[in-house]
Amino acid sequence: MARRVLPGLPLALGITLVYVSIIVVLPLGALIFKAASLGPEDYWRIVSSARAVASYRVTVLSALAATAFNLVFGMALAWVLVRYRFPGRRFIDALVDLPFALPTAVAGIALTALFAPNGWFGSILGLAGIKVAYTPLGIMIAMSFTSLPFIVRTVQPVLEDLDPALEEAAQSLGGSDVSIFLRVILPLLAPALLAGLSLSFARSLGEFGAIIFIAGNQPMETEITALLTFIRLEEYDYQAAAAVASVLLITAFLMLAITNILQARALRYTARG
Amino acid sequence: MKRFLLIGTTIAGLLAGSASAWSADKILNASYDVARELFADVNKGYIAAHPGVTIDQSHAGTSKQARAIVEGLEADVVTFNQITDIDFLVKNGFVSDDWQNDFANKSSPFYSLPSFLVRAGNPKGIKDWNDLVRDDVKVIFPNPKTSGNARYTYLAATAYAKEAFNNDPAKVAEFVTKIFDNVPVFDTGGRASTTTFVEREIGDVLITFESETTGIRKEFGEDKFESVTPSVSLLAEFPVAIVDKVVDKRDSREFAKSYLDFLYTPEGQKIAAEHGNRVNDEAVAAEFKDKFPEIRLVTVEDVFGGWPKVQEEHFASGGLLDQIFGER
Repeated sequence: MARRVLPGLPLALGITLVYVSIIVVLPLGALIFKAASLGPEDYWRIVSSARAVASYRVTVLSALAATAFNLVFGMALAWVLVRYRFPGRRFIDALVDLPFALPTAVAGIALTALFAPNGWFGSILGLAGIKVAYTPLGIMIAMSFTSLPFIVRTVQPVLEDLDPALEEAAQSLGGSDVSIFLRVILPLLAPALLAGLSLSFARSLGEFGAIIFIAGNQPMETEITALLTFIRLEEYDYQAAAAVASVLLITAFLMLAITNILQARALRYTARG
Repeated sequence: MKRFLLIGTTIAGLLAGSASAWSADKILNASYDVARELFADVNKGYIAAHPGVTIDQSHAGTSKQARAIVEGLEADVVTFNQITDIDFLVKNGFVSDDWQNDFANKSSPFYSLPSFLVRAGNPKGIKDWNDLVRDDVKVIFPNPKTSGNARYTYLAATAYAKEAFNNDPAKVAEFVTKIFDNVPVFDTGGRASTTTFVEREIGDVLITFESETTGIRKEFGEDKFESVTPSVSLLAEFPVAIVDKVVDKRDSREFAKSYLDFLYTPEGQKIAAEHGNRVNDEAVAAEFKDKFPEIRLVTVEDVFGGWPKVQEEHFASGGLLDQIFGER
C-alpha cells in the first residue's frame, strides 16, 4: 500500500470498524436474532396481523406526507437561507437545527399543546373544522418537525456551491423560470435532495417520542408501528416486538439502499452533464 | 397483632436511628407512574426518622420498570400498582415467590380503585359505569396495553358488565367495546391521560385511580373538577416487594425492609391517605373517613379467578382485551 499523507490508517480503520460493529451492527443483529428465534409461521402471523398492517399503513403514509411537506418547505428554506441576505438570517439558520437538539418528547408535548382543540393553533383550525391533534395529520406534523433539518442541511451546501451564473446563462438563452428550475437547478440538486429525503423518511418511520403525545394512539387508526413494538414489549413479548421492529428496520434499509442506487445514477448524470 | 407489629417496626426503626448501622445508606425505589408526589412525601417522612439516608425514586409504567430491573436496573424495592409485574420479577428470579407473605395485607400497604373525575357541575350527569356507553359521553383513560392503571379500568368495567348482564359474554363484550369506542385518545400512561383531560380539556370523564382524582383536584382546583364514585369498582392493590437479587448484591436488605415497613406505620399510612389512597390502618382510615365515600369493591380473585387467569384470558396477545381494543 502506498504511503498516505496522514499516518495511522490501520489504527483509524480498526477503531471505525469496532465502533460500527458495537454501536450499529450488534444491536441490530440482536434484533434480527430475536426475531429469527420465531418460526416462520409465527413471524408471519405477527407481522401480518390486521393491527400490525394498519400500523404500517399509518406510519408509512404519514412519513411519506411529512417527507413531501419537507421537500417543498425544506428546499424553500434552504434556498432563502443561501440566496438572500436579510436581518435575522443567521438566527433562522440556527433555528433549523433545533429539532435535532430538542428531546423529541418535548417537541411532541409542545406540538400537542399548540394543536389540541383548546391550543393556539388548534382552536383556530377547529373553526375551519380541521382537527390536527389525535389524528393522522398530527402524526404527520410531528414527523415533519423532527425531520425537517435533514433536507435543509443536505441541500444547503450544494446550493451554496451552485453558481448563479448558470441560471443567468440559462436565462440569457431564453429558458423560462420553470424550465430553468426543472432542467438546470433540480438535476444539480437531485443527489443531495435524494439523500435528504431518504434520511427524512427513515427518521419519520422510526420516530416515537414526538408522535405518541399527538397521535391519539387509536389501534387501527392512529397507532404507529413504533408504539406497537412498545406495546409488545409491555406484554413481555420480546420476540413479537422484535418481529414488528424488524419490518421497520427492513423497510428503512431497503429504502436507503434504493436511494443509494438512485443517487449513484443522479451523480453519473451530473458528471456527464 | 397487627398493631403490635406496627409498634414493633416503629421501635425498630427508632432504634436503628441513623443509617450508620446499615451497610448501604442509599436505595432505589422503582415505582409506578402516578406515585411521584406520594413517594416524595413518604421519603421525606422516612428520612426525617432516619437521618443520613438517601432514597432514589424512579417512576414509569410498572411493566417497563419490571423489564428494566430484569435488564439490570438496580432497584432495591419495588412499589408497583400491579401484582402481575412483580410476578414477572418472580419468574426471572429477582423476587422470592412467597413475597406476598413478607408484609401485611398480602404486601399491599394501601389500595385504591378505578374512579371517575368529571368537570365542575357534572354537566353530563355521569354517575356510574352505564353512563360511559352513552353516545354523548367522551371517556378518557390510558392505553390498557401500556398502562396498568387502564387495565384496572378495563377489569372494573368488565366486572360491572358481568353483574349487569348475568355473565353473558357477548353482552359484556358489547358493553366494554362501547366504552372503548367513546375514548378519543389512548395515552401511554396514567399521567399523560390526566394531562389530556385537564390541560387539553378533552373528554367528559377521566377514569383513573381514586388517588389520582384526589391529586388532580388538589393540584388544579377543587372547584374545577368533581370526583364521582361509581356504584361498584375493582380493588386495586398496590403491592410492594424487596428485590432479593439486588439487595443481596448491594447488602441493603435491612434498609429496604425498614423502608417498606415504614409504609405500614401510622405515619406512613397517613401520608398514603393524604394522597388519596385507602389504607388498612383502622385509626388512620377512621380519621380520613370523609374523604373516601363508601363503595362496594370486588376483587380480581372473586370476579375473574385470580391474576394468572386474567393474564391468560384477557391480557395475553389475542385475548379478550385485544378482541375488544385491538381488532375494532
